[in-house]
Amino acid sequence: MTHSGTTKPKGPIAAAPEKIPITLIVNGAEAKLSVAPWTTLLDALRDYLDLTGTKKGCDHGQCGACTVLVDGRRINSCLTLAVMKEGAEVTTVEGLARNGELHPLQQAFIDHDAFQCGYCTSGQICSAAGLIAEGKAKTADEIRELMSGNICRCGAYPNIVAAIQQAMGRS
Amino acid sequence: MASYIGSATSRVDGRAKVTGEAKYAGEFNVSGLVHGYVVDSPIPKGRIVRIDTSGALGVAGVIDVLTHSNRPTMADKDDAYKDEVAPEKGSPYRPLYDDRIQFTGQPVALVLAEDWETARVAASLVKIEYQKEPHVTDLQAERARAYAIDVPEKPRGDAEKAFASAAISHAAEYSIPTEHHNPMELFASTAIWENGQLTVYDKTQGVQNVQQYLCKVFKLQPNAVRVMSPYMGGGFGAGLRPQYQVVLAVLGANALKRPVRVVLTRAQMYALGYRPASIERLALGASSDGLLESMQHEAIAVTSQFEEFARNDTGWGNLLYKSPNAKFGHKLVKLDLPTSSDMRAPGAATGVYALECAMDELAIALKTDPVQLRLQCYSDRHQGEDLPYTSKQLRECYRQGAEAFGWDKRNAEPRSMRDGSELVGWGMASGVWEALQVPATVRIVLTANGHAEVATAASDIGTGTYTIMAQVAADMLGLPIDNISVKLGDSTLPQCPVEGGSWIASSVCNAIANTARAVRGDLLELAKATKDSPLAGAGVDDVALIDGKIVSKQDAGRAVPIASAMQSGKAERITREEINQPSEDKSHARNVHSAIFAEVKVDEEIGIIRVMRVVKAVAAGRILNPKTAHSQVMGGVVWGIGMALHEETLYDHRFGRVMNANIAEYHVPVNADIHDIKVIFVDEPDEMVNPLGIKGLGEIGIVGVAAAIANAVYHATGKRVRDLPITLDKVIEFV
Amino acid sequence: MIPFQYTRASDVADAIKQIAADPSAKFIAGGTNLLDLIKYDVATPTRLIDISRLPLGNVEETANGGVLIGALVPNTDLAYHPLIEARYPLLSRSILAGASQQLRNMASTGGNLVQRTRCFYFYDATTPCNKREPGSGCSAIDGINRINAILGTSQSCIATHPSDMCVALAVLEAIVHVTGPAGARTIALADFHRLPDNTPQIDTNLEPDEIITAIELPAKGFSTNYSYLKIRDRLSYAFALVSVAAALELDGDTIKEARVALGGVAHKPWRSPAAEVVLRGQRADASTFANAADILLRGARGFGHNDFKIGLARRAIVRTLSQAARGTPQSISDKKIR
Repeated sequence: MTHSGTTKPKGPIAAAPEKIPITLIVNGAEAKLSVAPWTTLLDALRDYLDLTGTKKGCDHGQCGACTVLVDGRRINSCLTLAVMKEGAEVTTVEGLARNGELHPLQQAFIDHDAFQCGYCTSGQICSAAGLIAEGKAKTADEIRELMSGNICRCGAYPNIVAAIQQAMGRS
Repeated sequence: MASYIGSATSRVDGRAKVTGEAKYAGEFNVSGLVHGYVVDSPIPKGRIVRIDTSGALGVAGVIDVLTHSNRPTMADKDDAYKDEVAPEKGSPYRPLYDDRIQFTGQPVALVLAEDWETARVAASLVKIEYQKEPHVTDLQAERARAYAIDVPEKPRGDAEKAFASAAISHAAEYSIPTEHHNPMELFASTAIWENGQLTVYDKTQGVQNVQQYLCKVFKLQPNAVRVMSPYMGGGFGAGLRPQYQVVLAVLGANALKRPVRVVLTRAQMYALGYRPASIERLALGASSDGLLESMQHEAIAVTSQFEEFARNDTGWGNLLYKSPNAKFGHKLVKLDLPTSSDMRAPGAATGVYALECAMDELAIALKTDPVQLRLQCYSDRHQGEDLPYTSKQLRECYRQGAEAFGWDKRNAEPRSMRDGSELVGWGMASGVWEALQVPATVRIVLTANGHAEVATAASDIGTGTYTIMAQVAADMLGLPIDNISVKLGDSTLPQCPVEGGSWIASSVCNAIANTARAVRGDLLELAKATKDSPLAGAGVDDVALIDGKIVSKQDAGRAVPIASAMQSGKAERITREEINQPSEDKSHARNVHSAIFAEVKVDEEIGIIRVMRVVKAVAAGRILNPKTAHSQVMGGVVWGIGMALHEETLYDHRFGRVMNANIAEYHVPVNADIHDIKVIFVDEPDEMVNPLGIKGLGEIGIVGVAAAIANAVYHATGKRVRDLPITLDKVIEFV
Repeated sequence: MIPFQYTRASDVADAIKQIAADPSAKFIAGGTNLLDLIKYDVATPTRLIDISRLPLGNVEETANGGVLIGALVPNTDLAYHPLIEARYPLLSRSILAGASQQLRNMASTGGNLVQRTRCFYFYDATTPCNKREPGSGCSAIDGINRINAILGTSQSCIATHPSDMCVALAVLEAIVHVTGPAGARTIALADFHRLPDNTPQIDTNLEPDEIITAIELPAKGFSTNYSYLKIRDRLSYAFALVSVAAALELDGDTIKEARVALGGVAHKPWRSPAAEVVLRGQRADASTFANAADILLRGARGFGHNDFKIGLARRAIVRTLSQAARGTPQSISDKKIR
């Protein structure tokens, strides 16, 4: 008995389409790049713009490590095609500090030890920035629920909630 | 100057992590980088009959496709593939070595392309034909084939007879499913050849383990290979052994003479190691006044067909409870899966779960409070070795934990406590782990400007190693912590074993103390050489380094600034490197202990379980940094909650495949699942375990937590669930 | 993953023209489900037509007292829209019970309707699955089927529709506005999703060359007595084992109007007119609710791992109707089920 292993595309493979030039405003600066249709915003940031602060933890919208702010809203950059965000304003973890001074959330994450390995941290912080901007979370329960799209395998959740509460108090 | 040791110091690598500056293994964007994408086997067992790579090679941007038939050379002996922590018995898996398929998800081809997305596209065009062979992946179905292996614990008395004649007894089987580590960072390696030197950025818990492995597998000279892991996005044991992507990255770099990065997908990480599923049988017999007469614990766990991985699941009762009769056994079942591996508190997370649930059941049979039963059976000696402990403040853990939790308000009757539509359950358990030490070497370079670099080839996998090393070095050298830089995660640094087993803090910090003493000796010599030295005649242990000065311990007025000593001796730098060898003293047992108290609320009709509170009281010797220590134990508690309620790798045994090989359907706790976690560190001075009294914290956080929750669920509902995870359908009979 | 071309639609007519010209093309809006499936080699479109910039992002009141929601309104915006929060809070709650805030920020209203099942075998391109590869067989029936359907199943498929939002839309009797080459038409939500029968590869009655333009909510919003209860294997960011949307109109203790739908149990949001008939005119109490539950679950059948869902759904229905009757809807963030 034999078994044909890999997935079979339904038709012939098209020649790789031309790369598409796009412009993004990344952390306040204009970034011009050429991407394939299937290049995700995450891969564009990490591989094309060398902004590796945004992390790839699953590439399927299951972990939240890739969270960035697009036009002020938190999204999963792994499930976003770069080409679809032409002209958009993207804020990554690298864009939060101002003139060397940490964003209140960044400082709060350090103060409350809201991370261990650090790999989910960029996504947590960007997600928290989005959460504060949304203004929907007031109680600890609400923060927990609205931060549940960011998995922390090290288990820093209570400290993450405390850090967000500290930053909320300041903003 | 106040001591840094024992103070709640923020992580010294915190800024790098919150700004995104910390670089992980797959983030070194060197020029000319080639991206590899792995094609993995959809079948669990068989042979590769044919591989057609023409479709993939036809995609613009694809450089090559490596398979077992065209890869560069690799070693052909098992020894070459045995890493520092490989199981003693068996033949380690060899990536891309030959046509044999040994497990689902095994790599069978590596597509190399100019960018990652092209490699991914091309990977779906590699056509592979397999000859399938019958496979087995089901522990329960195969348990009759289990074979016994040796366990370190010798039997005592006649456990079976004592069990049979015990006034009160309890025997039951508990099971834990396969679990996967799922660190947030995907496994990744970047291999770069430059001027005859191979540099590899790898996601690993042991850079020197990987370096030595690569030297053997690729027959390279040790000085030609450097492995780096400055940051690691979570390990939990998954990165103790070299993983296959590092071999593939080097194969690619060897084949192309270009830098190659290989990053696994989340799904592919389910073909790495895992916590083996296990079935644990406990049989406890007690006298009517609640003293253990007999303790039997047998485990059956999973390993691969080609290696024998096992950890001690069954001996933990010997550390906790007195019992004149005891018997332990461990069996393995070989399945067509990757080799199982260490995962946070290997052996203890599972074995202590079963033991502590069984103790709860025995307490119920005895109509005794579960804390009281543990105190009645408390052992001040290691029962198996008949040794005293260097320290054991477990009684204090029970006391402080119970007090913080409010255990005295518990109504022992199951289903007696409620909050509206929810039943409330309070459960407890004990936790235990080993206080291990391994040989480790630390180098200190002290420069005349009062800065010191402290280096060893350990990794900080999120545990806080950078921070505690800086604290200890700052205290030992009498410098502000900002003047200390710590270098880790580089195989060219002084020798250090893999970061695992909770042994790094004690091993490395005691090595810092040794090296700092040597530095102090050098400084003293320089100071004594100055004219009219106030330290004339002092020995190295008569002085301390405090506030940038070499100070006499007898008379703080007699001091020489470090800077002036170095200046007058014309020493720009002092470089010292010392090893710390673990004590050879076998006269005491060395362990870390804890008590866990948990509150669950269970909806009476629907069965939703919420863990509202956990108190974990830990006795682990000296706590170097209460802040990072708290995080580490809290994280362990979160793992315990996941183990109790959520985590399970689901196999379809017909296909021999993991069906939830992702992080959406392999459930780990999310923020909403975690409520109040209180961590207490019980004071436990211990100068015998090692000079600094450090015991380690990485494992103890998880141990016993799942049992405390299972016991709380029983107390809430009257329903005893003995197979993890405890899902709502196991708690409630839905007719 | 296979390569695909990317084009943008300039308006709805252009979108229809483009998709009609290329049967292997797919529309992309939020992309949260489609890109996921493409990366797993489950969806294999050779062209993506970007409709995200079409002017379908408004929420507006209709002449007959209802609300018309543009197909591209992001899930979050819809959930927090003042009109929806005030008049259709059941819809708000159901949306916020699904996915994560990041995903809800991206996912569109129309896309939510056409998201595909989470059946493990559908997602694993190496295993037989009739939905993914018609005729290959259903692996779930004798496989790992904890998350699979108990109602409306067929011999060829036991997949569920994973949406939370659609369960509320079913209760609200939403109307789906679509446009195709033949012009615009509407589809009642109840008729939008299909049962698997022997064509499980077809999830909905939307034609391949049609585009969803809007969702219309009739005036009746049940804003006083409603609840959405979602039961899952962790407390957030997981798909439903069972979910219940319930809406009541009460006259004192008597039920004037009742609607109930189930999620996570069938290939579509599950409603039963007969179950709602036994609620109307009756006292709003547990025994009435239990009668309705029995009817809703008539014909339910488990496949091993998911047997428990039948009993779980029964209790969840009673509980959710009780919450609705009391006017104390299930909280999204406080996980206690009251």
